[in-house]
Amino acid sequence: MTRALLLICLLLPALAMAQVRTEEKPTDPAIEKRLANLSHELRCLQCQNQTLADSPSDLAADMRQEIREQMKAGKSDKEIVAFLTDRYGQFILYRPRVSPVTYLLWFGPFVLLLTGLYVLYQYIKHRRDSITEKPLTAEERRRAEEMLRS
Amino acid sequence: MFRYLIPLALFLVLVVFLAIGLTRNPQELPSALINKPAPDFRLPQLKDPAKTFSAADMRGKVWMLNVWASWCIACRDEHPFLFRYAQSGAVPIYGLNYKDYRENALGWLGELGDPYLLSVTDLDGRVGMDYGVYGAPETYIIDKRGTIRLKHVGPVTPDVWSKEVLPVVQELNRQ
Repeated sequence: MTRALLLICLLLPALAMAQVRTEEKPTDPAIEKRLANLSHELRCLQCQNQTLADSPSDLAADMRQEIREQMKAGKSDKEIVAFLTDRYGQFILYRPRVSPVTYLLWFGPFVLLLTGLYVLYQYIKHRRDSITEKPLTAEERRRAEEMLRS
Repeated sequence: MFRYLIPLALFLVLVVFLAIGLTRNPQELPSALINKPAPDFRLPQLKDPAKTFSAADMRGKVWMLNVWASWCIACRDEHPFLFRYAQSGAVPIYGLNYKDYRENALGWLGELGDPYLLSVTDLDGRVGMDYGVYGAPETYIIDKRGTIRLKHVGPVTPDVWSKEVLPVVQELNRQ
């Protein structure tokens, strides 16, 4: 009795996740290969650090199924990506396109790197310039020789 | 003396940026559909599947589309507030029952009440996909010409309602 109850309790979460649209079993290897390639480039919007290929979420399964169906209908990868970005925005792309919105994202790190290099250059230059050779006085020379001798 | 303060100043700038970052919700994405035509659909009504409802039926009106499901926990939090918004008469509220079984959805409305003028059934989530739904509840405000003017992901709390939704609705109704 307790075991049956335990089993029911353990299975309940699975029920809560039951999905309406089911992802079909892979049939066409060519399409699966294209899907695998494409879905590694796409972000799952529910678990944002996972790709569409890796995500176990319902929405990701739906999207993979949608992509599969569109591939079967003869759509190109480009058309499918356009379909998805029209709806979900560029955030879905792991490599967002270069556009005014994403300039900072694409070029910001290089700007920071160059700024850093410039600051480093200035710093080194400043330090080198501030080191000036100063001849020893007679007294200092005498002490230095004394030290070297002993 | 001043140069020793530069690292401190840079650190403070970083702290400010990180502090702002902490207050932002990474689940809230800019919608790709703002100011774009609301994708049309014709779906069976939840309570009377023989009848359909289409986004095109709402031309000439400012209306609100609220995406909900009986499996969605945040929708349960939002639900009581929807009654308040519906009673205020500010905007007609229609429901998109997203990827849900009809009996569960009807049970949910039976238990908690129905704030919607009507809900439509999006069993396979295709319309949801057209609207870029990635987490229920989501709320859209659509203007008289059928353009999406506002999208809110997550429950429309009274705060969101009075600060984000209501001003947009009032503005659109004036036009």
